[in-house]
Amino acid sequence: MSLTLDIEGPAAPPRLNGELVFDEPWEGRSFAMAAALAEGGHFSWDEFRDHLIAAIARWEADPSGEYRYYERWQEALESIVAEREIVAGPEMDELAAAYAARPPGHDHGENDHHHHDHDHS
Amino acid sequence: MADTNTTDRLPPAVRTEALESLLTERGLVKSEVLDGFINRFVNDVGPMNGAKVVAKAWTDPDYRQHLLADGTGAIKELGFAGPQGEHIVVVENSDDVHNVVVCTLCSCYPWPVLGLPPEWYKDPAYRSRMVREPRTLLSEMGLDLDDDVEVRVWDSSAENRYLVLPQRPEGTDDLSEEELAALVTRDAMVGVAKVGAT
Repeated sequence: MSLTLDIEGPAAPPRLNGELVFDEPWEGRSFAMAAALAEGGHFSWDEFRDHLIAAIARWEADPSGEYRYYERWQEALESIVAEREIVAGPEMDELAAAYAARPPGHDHGENDHHHHDHDHS
Repeated sequence: MADTNTTDRLPPAVRTEALESLLTERGLVKSEVLDGFINRFVNDVGPMNGAKVVAKAWTDPDYRQHLLADGTGAIKELGFAGPQGEHIVVVENSDDVHNVVVCTLCSCYPWPVLGLPPEWYKDPAYRSRMVREPRTLLSEMGLDLDDDVEVRVWDSSAENRYLVLPQRPEGTDDLSEEELAALVTRDAMVGVAKVGAT
């Protein structure tokens, strides 16, 4: 699958008639992880799409709270990496719980051995 | 957020952070590569690509024919290709027919020409209502169509993504291709608006 985007560069502001693409930084990270794994051949976009449709359908079958598209996207991403045995669900949950338990203003990289230094912007 | 329908679901920000750590550990993603993807879609790929395609079709009849016959190929000819752009079908508006695009199941959208979809396109209400009551919804979105105009709703799928070729506004005969492109909006290429002359 080709991900080549031969574009002429920022010829015009893409927000000209659109809103911001990502409301929060994590949405962009989730989007980009799916793109990177698809590019790496770990799954195809169509396969990811099936997981996304399923995640959206699960929410619509039992809607609660505000619908947030990228939460469904992240759910789809977690389900496909679990299915492909790339990252198991429990491992993912455990690390996320550890991150969630960090005190406010935590010092990245000091307490969590899993953590890799990346930009949280 | 954490207390939505899935019990014990942690906020998405920590979930994405955890997943990125685990994928990085396995050598499957790199932070810089992710930054590159984000940057590309936030800054480089947007509806202006599609606007250039539309403006060329308005000014070059041969290109228009090619575009309607083979959307993907004609779009690639201008240098726009990539994920979600494998099968782009271009549908043309006329005095009698108005086309509008939706993805009822998720959010399929022709990324290479329109960038990533706006919030409303992904909204459950848009996805269901555009099929059920397109005229009403279009009117609510600011587009009133005459009763004798046929509305065609195109449901995107894994096989096909759609791009609407809007009507060229009147009084634009003197404009260059570049000036025309500046008139074309994302909403017009999804089919929820028309192109105005100003």
